[in-house]
Amino acid sequence: MTGPAPSLPGAWISGIGLLGPGLRDWPGAAAILAGDAPWLPADTVLSAPEQLPAAERRRSVRVVKLALTVGLEAVTAAGADASSLATVFSSSGGDGHNCHLICEALACNDRQVSPTRFHNSVHNAAAGYWGIATGATAPAAVLCAFDGSFAAGLLEALVQVSVDRVPSLLIAYDADYPEPLRAARPVPDAFGTALLLTPEPGPAHFGHIRAGLTTAAADTLAEPAFDVLRRAIPAARSLPLLAAIARGESGRIVLDYLDHARVAVDFTA
Amino acid sequence: MNPLLISRYTATSCLGRGIGPMRDALAAGRSGLKPCDFDGVALETWIGEVAGTDAEVLSSPLHGFDCRNNRLAQIGFEQDGFADAVRDAMSRYGADRIGVFLGTSTAGILETELAYQRREPASGALPAGFNYAFNYAGSHNPFSVAAFVQAAFGLTGPANVVSSACSSSAKVFASARRMIEAGLIDAAIVGGVDSLCLTTLYGFASLELTSRRACRPFDLGRDGISIGEAAAFALLERVSEPLADDAILLLGVGESSDAYHMSSPHPEGLGARRAMEIALAAAGLEPGDIDYINLHGTATPSNDSAESKAVRALFGASTACSSTKGATGHTLGAAGGVEAVIAALALRDGFLPGSPNTCNPEPDMNYLLASRPAPVRRVLSNSFGFGGTNCSLVIGRAQ
Repeated sequence: MTGPAPSLPGAWISGIGLLGPGLRDWPGAAAILAGDAPWLPADTVLSAPEQLPAAERRRSVRVVKLALTVGLEAVTAAGADASSLATVFSSSGGDGHNCHLICEALACNDRQVSPTRFHNSVHNAAAGYWGIATGATAPAAVLCAFDGSFAAGLLEALVQVSVDRVPSLLIAYDADYPEPLRAARPVPDAFGTALLLTPEPGPAHFGHIRAGLTTAAADTLAEPAFDVLRRAIPAARSLPLLAAIARGESGRIVLDYLDHARVAVDFTA
Repeated sequence: MNPLLISRYTATSCLGRGIGPMRDALAAGRSGLKPCDFDGVALETWIGEVAGTDAEVLSSPLHGFDCRNNRLAQIGFEQDGFADAVRDAMSRYGADRIGVFLGTSTAGILETELAYQRREPASGALPAGFNYAFNYAGSHNPFSVAAFVQAAFGLTGPANVVSSACSSSAKVFASARRMIEAGLIDAAIVGGVDSLCLTTLYGFASLELTSRRACRPFDLGRDGISIGEAAAFALLERVSEPLADDAILLLGVGESSDAYHMSSPHPEGLGARRAMEIALAAAGLEPGDIDYINLHGTATPSNDSAESKAVRALFGASTACSSTKGATGHTLGAAGGVEAVIAALALRDGFLPGSPNTCNPEPDMNYLLASRPAPVRRVLSNSFGFGGTNCSLVIGRAQ
């Protein structure tokens, strides 16, 4: 494997959204990642967006709030129309608390599962709520590649843009599991990011990326606390790319993907 | 879109292991459904179970992937020479040039459900003992089935699971098509694996979407689904001339979202219609070019009603159509893959599959109750899921 070449799929980054521990939005996170502001770690603050109808707001679980918030931030920042966008949702798991409650109910004698919990358990719950919130009828891809889910989603969105010549909104997100699942999958908190990728540069774009597979090792972050976050939450494996964007530093960034392959991203600020 | 060659395909369901038993059962109008006797489940419903799944043994290097779902995956890819076809493709293209894109809705969640029944009484921890150790990555995580298939063959190219409920293993064809078109890979293993578990059996029952008898798709008296399990695989490659007349091609893919409701389809089937229209346009075909529609046809009142409106609006009343879920059950994340294989069998062997258990079908449709021989050149296959996710495939013969 030789890494990115000009024939590999590429796209412009026309909007970014981000939410994580002590990271309230992309402009705030960009200042922290660029070293212009201190990072004050705090639990991720999640809320259901107002675009959801009241019933869906009430029913929305943590990963739904997380995914919709970062997706809407990227779209709003780009001045794009969410209802017309194809989407790629990528996550290592569904909602951990919802999963725990279902497994607990199924371990009881009467095995009563609530209908809302059941429909919230599908991996595409966030994609379904996104459609209801935005009216988007374009295709939504819903992916999982364990710890490499961000890179898998990035590849999917990049080939959509380069093959189908349409904008694609990547939304990558992961949230915590409660015990006892947390012992097996120690994701401590929620982190999500969204990239609006377009075939042509938007009015205020963040640069251009092109990506392919590599066997090189994944980049780490110089700031130890950021690297702890990168390793702790699968969607935060995006941080080396986001840090390069925040600093406006062109170059090659290698992101975690699969056991035997990483994704090399050539970023041009 | 540029057509792709479906160079090998296989499916294992309650109809049997591989395409031989599946074809024979479809031709004879036989259903593989039975009253639910799965693992102490006290529900009045019917299921489609793959016999012998529990007895399947994974080889020792793959032990970390052991779960019902991956046992079913292994049974599946060992049928019909599929594993040999993968190894042959690896020798032609290289292990890093073959993608793995598989659909599943619940992967190995059954093992988590069982672990919750065996939590340590004092601490509430999941079991980690000699007889049973909980393994998140190898069974619970949705990606486990794609990781297992990559590991089983030694593949090192791109891989992901698509988990969009019941459209999952149709949408993998779309992902693979784009990856091949982009030049990232030369071939792809696509398909889906979903296995029986408590979450889906009790979850669909809580929504009152399961029938108390064998499901009756498109019957006026239909009253719900029968949950099944299955493993379906297809090998996709670029078309290279010359093609045999009976070569099976992926001609078109169409995807859409309802943007309507989490667990009900759009009542007029607008999302379904749009997916079918896009698939036909991608194939460069008109509705009249389709010889048979394999309907999603879950047998819930609302799903079949929405789909019938979408099909009538686009095709009128004359195109032959049926749902094969009365034979296989609804295999959820594997359904798109299973039904792509059924489409390939109809094309290869020249027959139109009927619909076991259905007696009084929806009017104003050419709904097939019994299977019959007929020349078939192009099939449209529908897969729609929770959250309003829709995907249609057009599959055809080279000649």
